[in-house]
Amino acid sequence: MRIELNGLPTEVAAANLADALTALGYGSSTLATALNGGFIPVAARATTPLHDGDRVEVLAPMQGG
Amino acid sequence: MRLYDVDLSSRLLLGTAQYPSPLVLTDAIAAAGCGVITVSLRRETANGGANGFWPLLQATGARILPNTAGCHSAQEAITTAQMAREVFGTNWIKLEVIGNADTLQPDPFALVEAARVLCADGFAVFPYTTEDLIVAERLLDAGCRVLMPWGAPIGSGRGLRHVDALNAMRAHFPSVPLIIDAGIGAPSQAAQAMEMGFDAVLLNTAVAKAGDPVAMGRAFGQAIAAGRAAFEAGLMPPRDMAVPSTPVLGMADLGLGGLR
Repeated sequence: MRIELNGLPTEVAAANLADALTALGYGSSTLATALNGGFIPVAARATTPLHDGDRVEVLAPMQGG
Repeated sequence: MRLYDVDLSSRLLLGTAQYPSPLVLTDAIAAAGCGVITVSLRRETANGGANGFWPLLQATGARILPNTAGCHSAQEAITTAQMAREVFGTNWIKLEVIGNADTLQPDPFALVEAARVLCADGFAVFPYTTEDLIVAERLLDAGCRVLMPWGAPIGSGRGLRHVDALNAMRAHFPSVPLIIDAGIGAPSQAAQAMEMGFDAVLLNTAVAKAGDPVAMGRAFGQAIAAGRAAFEAGLMPPRDMAVPSTPVLGMADLGLGGLR
């Protein structure tokens, strides 16, 4: 299926968010995720199914003011 | 200073963006003696590898205040705050909801809406707001226990643009911690805010973009401590006319003229 990952069209085969992150190579770094504008906690990623057209945001710590 | 039941010895909160290097950033934090630093969340590329920035900041020992910078709607800010709480492991959030991309001024309506949701969800909300007293009332009603009025537009370095309004805000909310956030460009401006009785100052660009950020961090730390000490000491009331500070009584009359 094709999702939108951080604004870019991305093909993924994984059925849920946790598997998708692994397949995309996000590894074990400190990340926060959102699906279609709503926060998805770490514990809920494996039980959060992905569908065609879903918007996924993957964020990491960054400098800020 | 007590913010959300946390005692802090420094009254400077420092942003972590725009420094020339990570080493200069951590040295500036140490030189400023600040106990709170602000951070953000941004998109991470796949296969991006470990982000070295976060462990570096954790090692400073400063308390982390994540922000919702760049959010333009209440829901955007709420989701960002929830993501930040998980990643940074703190319920503190600097709540920014920008109302205009050019002026970067807060959207007070969306700000109050987001503050209500986040306070009810257990967040300790630090709202970036204007000096408007009614908006401030609404933020307190929403559950905020700290307010952060702007000094001047973000990144402008113009100091306190609305001194009378800020004085009124200080007088109107004597027991609410008030932090001047944004627009501070020089240590003298930070000292002014502290002399006016504000509890703390949050700034970033003035240190990060200084010729020597580490030395400027130290200067801000000293100015803020001096301004606070002056406020606690009690400033003299201004007078309209000159008043001699050396006693006139007992002055010699040398008979050489001169009008008294």
